[in-house]
Amino acid sequence: MLYESSAAAIAIFAAFVLGVIGLSFYLGRKGQSAKGYYAAHGEIHWFVNGIAFAGDYLSAASFLGICGMIAFNGYDGFLYSIGFLAGWIVALFVIAEPIKALGKFTFADALDSRFNSRGIKLAVAISTLVVSIFYLIPQMVGAGDLIVPLLGLPHTVGVILVGVVVTMIVVTAGMVSTTWVQFIKGSLLVFFCGILAAMILNRGLVVGTGPAANLTPQVRTVTPDGTVLIDGKPQSKDHDLRPVGTLKALPDRYAGKTSTGPLRPLEYLAALEDSTIVTWSSKKHTDAAGTHTTYSPVERKGSELLKPGGYFKGLSTGKLADRLDFASLMLALFCGTASLPHILIRYYTVKDAAAARQSTVVGIAVIGAFYVLTLYLGLGAMTSGALDPTSTNMAAPLLAKSFSTTLFAIISAIAFTTVLGTVSGLIMAGSGAVAHDLVENVLGIPMTDHEKVRCGKIAAVGLGIIAMVLGVLFRSFNVSFLVGWAFNIAASANLPALVMLLFWPRTTKQGIIAAVTVGMLSSLGWILMSADTFEKVYGWSREASIVPFSQPGIVTIPLGFLVLVVVSLLTPKPVEPTASDLVRRHG
Amino acid sequence: MSAHESRSEPVNRAVTGSASSRIGLTLFWIYVLLYAGFMVLVLFRPDLLSLRPFGGVNLAIAYGMGLIAGAFVLAIVYMAACRAVEGGGPPRG
Repeated sequence: MLYESSAAAIAIFAAFVLGVIGLSFYLGRKGQSAKGYYAAHGEIHWFVNGIAFAGDYLSAASFLGICGMIAFNGYDGFLYSIGFLAGWIVALFVIAEPIKALGKFTFADALDSRFNSRGIKLAVAISTLVVSIFYLIPQMVGAGDLIVPLLGLPHTVGVILVGVVVTMIVVTAGMVSTTWVQFIKGSLLVFFCGILAAMILNRGLVVGTGPAANLTPQVRTVTPDGTVLIDGKPQSKDHDLRPVGTLKALPDRYAGKTSTGPLRPLEYLAALEDSTIVTWSSKKHTDAAGTHTTYSPVERKGSELLKPGGYFKGLSTGKLADRLDFASLMLALFCGTASLPHILIRYYTVKDAAAARQSTVVGIAVIGAFYVLTLYLGLGAMTSGALDPTSTNMAAPLLAKSFSTTLFAIISAIAFTTVLGTVSGLIMAGSGAVAHDLVENVLGIPMTDHEKVRCGKIAAVGLGIIAMVLGVLFRSFNVSFLVGWAFNIAASANLPALVMLLFWPRTTKQGIIAAVTVGMLSSLGWILMSADTFEKVYGWSREASIVPFSQPGIVTIPLGFLVLVVVSLLTPKPVEPTASDLVRRHG
Repeated sequence: MSAHESRSEPVNRAVTGSASSRIGLTLFWIYVLLYAGFMVLVLFRPDLLSLRPFGGVNLAIAYGMGLIAGAFVLAIVYMAACRAVEGGGPPRG
């Protein structure tokens, strides 16, 4: 669909961007120490850090991706919400306090706390960079996708804009400005999603009218010369795809009515379950005239849409490989959160283990509330009559547009800032891995405190440039697909080493290096050889794939544990340093 | 001063042997059971998730919401338990 840029959206977006840049320069006025740049001096209040956790974690995939998936496929998008939140249980109950106690600036500090090994620092720094870059790509691609309807600018401009703004945020005041940007973004995101959910409940369920109620199939054709046709005629503002997603019939108890009126939260879900809804499916084929995508209406009962199986078709096929694929994804989501470097470094910004714990509880409250809201946002979008059949990612902003253009402007600007918050955290994590782990600890280049900060800033600029280039190169990639990669790689490479270091005294440095390396390479290799990658990335046949299912976690996470145990048992038992050694080593 | 500085026990025990760590692990396994129960239903008995035992919403929604709310409840229990444990003696872990 074609979008018109909104002056209000541009104004709100510009105000926010200028605001965060101004804040970053204000926070960066004072001279900085390495502890200030990488860990905000460890002085961030636990409540602020908790909201910043939400700002760091709730990426474009969480907001735009889950809302879109629920809007088009029903309940299965909520499974992502459940998995993403459950991961925080691992973070709180297993990881939070030890990571705070053992580390200083980076995840590698914690894993290396017992050994002082350059090999561990190198392996973990590389894994941090790989995970951060895989997570960066979808954020940058998402930013480019948003900028097109929001500001009417090309995709590339969106990517560059995010890259430049985020690099400025990180370079000016490091973790201090990154934390405050994430705090502001997390607060705004949950607040306005709450308002949007309240408006959905106040509107209730309404039988669709207008263009969205027209259930004639629509065909979008891209000709070999790039011209876009809609139902055989050139696409224009006057001749475009119709918006979709309507409610066809209310439950029997509302017989004779076209609207339920305001509903309470559980009433809304119950009424939707008894309603009849029209969703749209798409089918693509190519011939000499171009690539044709046919969008067709599918009438379904709400009860069908509110149970698993709408997106994960394997749940209803009964095939073992399909079930393993789904179980593997849910395992990766559960284990991945506590293995993401940009989440782990946030534990160094608070003063002690108790503050780390308290901030995680705040994070769970805010993130959990947000994921409950996504269910209402997604279902509200499903019946809003405003969906773009070509883009699931635009479901939340278009839902807002069905209420008012001002709300659309605000939600779009906030969606854009979700990218700013997450990308700044990722660049911060990568910057620490390069400057602190690789340059200082692996290469052994001695640096003064000032030089450490300068090195981190140079690394941040470099990562910002890499992120922009990758965001442009990968623009046609599926966003949630890449996020899934990042979770699988993080869980496979980092979690086994971290858990075993904490709970198995026999763990050796060779075991950690082997587990991180094998976990990272095996998960990455599995993904590159999977049926999904064959089809969506290489354009090859799914049947040519040589691995039985696409999500590697269920194999590669246990493999990481196994490799660690075997290698540790084959290498000399470590001489365990005392707590005094630890303090002497890490200050 | 770090909590570890005053002790000379091995790092592992200093970090994971504390009372708060033991409470955390107990709550972790409780949540793992709840999460695993949900996964078993989704994978092997999805038909049960369509039931509406509470009249309004189905079990899929109720269980999913319950997992989100349960995470928050366990987090609060953990914080309160840690405060109680740490309040009774010198700072740990």
